[in-house]
Amino acid sequence: MAKKSKVIEREEVVVRFSGDSGDGMQLTGSLFSFSSAVYGNDISTFPDFPAEIRAPQGTIGGVSGFQVHFGHSEVYTPGDKADVLVAMNPAALKANLEWLKPGATIVIDVDSFDDKNLAKAGYKSNDPIEEDNLGSYNIIKAPITTLTKESLKSMELDNKTILRSKNMYALGLVFWLFNRPLKDTEKIIRDKFSKNERVAEANIRVLEAGYNYGVIIQAGTPSYHISPADVKPGVYRNLNGNRAIAWGFLLAAEKSGLELFLGSYPITPATEILQELSARKDLGVKVFQAEDEIAGISTAIGASFAGNLGITSTSGPGLALKSEALGLAVMAELPLVVVDVQRGGPSTGLPTKTEQADLLQALYGRNGESPLVVMAASSPVNCFDYAFYAAKVAIEHMTPVILLSDGFLANGTQPWRIPENDEFPDIIPPFVEKPAQEWNVYERDPEKLNRYWALPGTPGYQHRIGGLEKDFLTGAVSYDHHNHDKMVRIRQQKIDRIADFIPPLEIHGDEDAELLIVGWGGTFGHLYTALEEIQKDGKKAALAHFSYISPLPKNSYEVLKRYSKVVVCELNLGQFAGYLRSKFPDITFDQYNKVEGLPFTVAELKNYFEKILEK
Amino acid sequence: MADNKKLAFLDYKSDQNVRWCPGCGNHAILNALQKTLAELELPKEKVAVISGIGCSSRLPYYMDTYGFHTIHGRASVIASGVKVANPRLSVWQITGDGDALAIGGNHFIHAIRRNVDINVILFNNQIYGLTKGQYSPTSKRGFISKTSPYGTIEYPFRPGELTIGARGYFFARTIDKEIKLSVEVMKAAARHEGTSIVEVLQNCVIYNDNTHQEITDKRFKDDRTIILEHGKPMVFGKDRNMGLVLDGTKLRVVTIGEGGITEKDILVHDAHSEDPTIHLKLADMEYPDFPVALGVIRDAEAPVYDQCAAEQIEEIRNKSKIKTFHDLVTSGEVWEVK
Repeated sequence: MAKKSKVIEREEVVVRFSGDSGDGMQLTGSLFSFSSAVYGNDISTFPDFPAEIRAPQGTIGGVSGFQVHFGHSEVYTPGDKADVLVAMNPAALKANLEWLKPGATIVIDVDSFDDKNLAKAGYKSNDPIEEDNLGSYNIIKAPITTLTKESLKSMELDNKTILRSKNMYALGLVFWLFNRPLKDTEKIIRDKFSKNERVAEANIRVLEAGYNYGVIIQAGTPSYHISPADVKPGVYRNLNGNRAIAWGFLLAAEKSGLELFLGSYPITPATEILQELSARKDLGVKVFQAEDEIAGISTAIGASFAGNLGITSTSGPGLALKSEALGLAVMAELPLVVVDVQRGGPSTGLPTKTEQADLLQALYGRNGESPLVVMAASSPVNCFDYAFYAAKVAIEHMTPVILLSDGFLANGTQPWRIPENDEFPDIIPPFVEKPAQEWNVYERDPEKLNRYWALPGTPGYQHRIGGLEKDFLTGAVSYDHHNHDKMVRIRQQKIDRIADFIPPLEIHGDEDAELLIVGWGGTFGHLYTALEEIQKDGKKAALAHFSYISPLPKNSYEVLKRYSKVVVCELNLGQFAGYLRSKFPDITFDQYNKVEGLPFTVAELKNYFEKILEK
Repeated sequence: MADNKKLAFLDYKSDQNVRWCPGCGNHAILNALQKTLAELELPKEKVAVISGIGCSSRLPYYMDTYGFHTIHGRASVIASGVKVANPRLSVWQITGDGDALAIGGNHFIHAIRRNVDINVILFNNQIYGLTKGQYSPTSKRGFISKTSPYGTIEYPFRPGELTIGARGYFFARTIDKEIKLSVEVMKAAARHEGTSIVEVLQNCVIYNDNTHQEITDKRFKDDRTIILEHGKPMVFGKDRNMGLVLDGTKLRVVTIGEGGITEKDILVHDAHSEDPTIHLKLADMEYPDFPVALGVIRDAEAPVYDQCAAEQIEEIRNKSKIKTFHDLVTSGEVWEVK
């Protein structure tokens, strides 16, 4: 039996923790990600959980997963398929089979593989390994439940507490598998359960027991080694997209000298932004949990009128409800940022899944000619940057901005290098500087075309604004037909001119390639990795990824025109492709679309690009 | 700006021509509001007037203050945002029965529940005027209009009942043409901290003329209305000889000097009582069984949302170790790469 244990050196590894939605898989996954990041690996994570808080136990519908991709070099996606799967019950095994790499390691809790659970997961026999033909995988059958109980025997805890700590056993075992020290994780566990030392102690004891089990069984099981990544020096922390957005606004408030006001209503998957900012009263954030989505945006508009940085956060169904108020912000020409964390639609759709199908709603979903700025973040951590720049554009150009994120970015994490103070510019609100007698409410900055901001409370600048058409200069109500035409055009021009103030479209990869991959928003990691992989195979290609959608970067046409094959990849039926066609009718756009509520896989993209290149 | 000169009500008029129909009750309400601000000596720049959609909601354009004419039904949330963003402003919401109680019903009750310090002037003419004559949520049951040619089959909201049901702490009622009374109740609304609802019985000369006539006509107004004043007995009538008593759990109209009733038996108005039971009964009184209550019906104290929001921020700011953005991002689970 005594084989020498193997250590496998790997560039990168994907681990997927999977169990019942009450099994604590999200916590287990986060703890493992943190320890990997501290160890110096680059990471990207993605949780995948059901919409129900506690879906029926033991069923495939109730499986909750957390995937971590970590590597020696930079990692841009949570990975397509797993090298290691932890399956806490038969349903978790069954649900993840299609997401395993050949020869992957599978850790199962054999205690949960009883007849009842096997039947619930849809197995017909009592041998899932045989039934699913898993012979080629490296399976670690650990009696996790029994050994968890065993290790806590002396602590006299109730059965519920004991069972809830079995995820730590699995985590300990995975730590062993990757030769990871336990000490950072132990510290976090102590902090997390600082109010209940016994629970902290129990979790740590089980974690160590799991690790030791690995040491004991190591014969025959490979253990992996991934050296630290070569990353830019600095202070780091893990950050997910939702928190990054909340923090981007905090910096924008600091850099603009404005108070931050969030009006919002809870909605999956955007709620965490509301929660995060609610906790930031120490930084003076005013959070108004509104009675509905309309009240969320309307309070934010009121706050902007009064001189705060008004923002609201939502997802697709909420954006639909906010449409009319967005039109008011367009007309009133006030700063406002609306965050739409996109999820599967239409209607209630797939609340916990990701999709990019709100693009046209963001661009056009209002009555009248109602132009505004649409931007999209492209990685969990650059949600921070785009929230900051969305606020900067909204304030400096006096316009509503829709910032698109999605369920994948919102919940995915990456290590984030904490920026130095001077890495982000100041934000200068265009307050009125003229004496009140010489000022007109709708006179504009000659360059940006924004009107100026006069704050209620300032003597002499009393004025009225509203949703009725405005006189070109005075802002008084005007029904004049020439004036309306002029105002419709200038509101559009104001948005168009923002193109002069945003960065040009960047090209990744080969300038002289035939194939240009085009994407926008949350798909960047997958598209970029697919590009790298086809380049590794010696083929030429380039990627242009859009973060500014309205207006488009000024060099967009010039970039797109340069390539003979342009393929627009997005998680909808072709909304951005259609938008580009309307802007650049002489360019032919190919499309690659998927609408499964899941991110792209690198493999499917690579496969598609190779086919195009062969044509 | 004349800093020291007292402002007259004309100073609150903007340069825009008032475009309501001649004879519309809104003209008088606008005057009352301007007089109220002058009497309160509120600087023009400290006043923000926020409205929704409808005839009444054009009012901000006629005020030389800060003003925002917003979208249908949403004035109370926009006003709430303004007040929370800058609690030093005196915030007034101008709305109508359709704007506040139909399309904006949800925001109306939640503003009241939160008790944001805004003063709401609700113009109640029981009709949709700007869309030319459809019934509203305060039209009487059976009311004939363009959308109810055979009479409505729904009961109306009673704004006072709705306010108290949403746990409101201030409710007053006045009549458009009674400018003096309107100024008194608007001043009380401004002084009250929290959401104040002032229902103005307003006449739409075009689509619902004389809707309040049976109580507002000066020939019988004194007998059909009662002006409530805190601390005073609830006496009314041309001859000041009628009053209200509590009979078991119900209000009853009595005549002083008849059936052994003396002035001592008459209920004394306690607007400041936290218990709204009597206020609700008073607010719900309808002619012909009762006189319609005017004046300040309820004016009780309760925690105010915008004040509490500011206090909570102050308290947490003092307690927390996180003072800046940098403190926040460097706290917790961080590591250094050299």
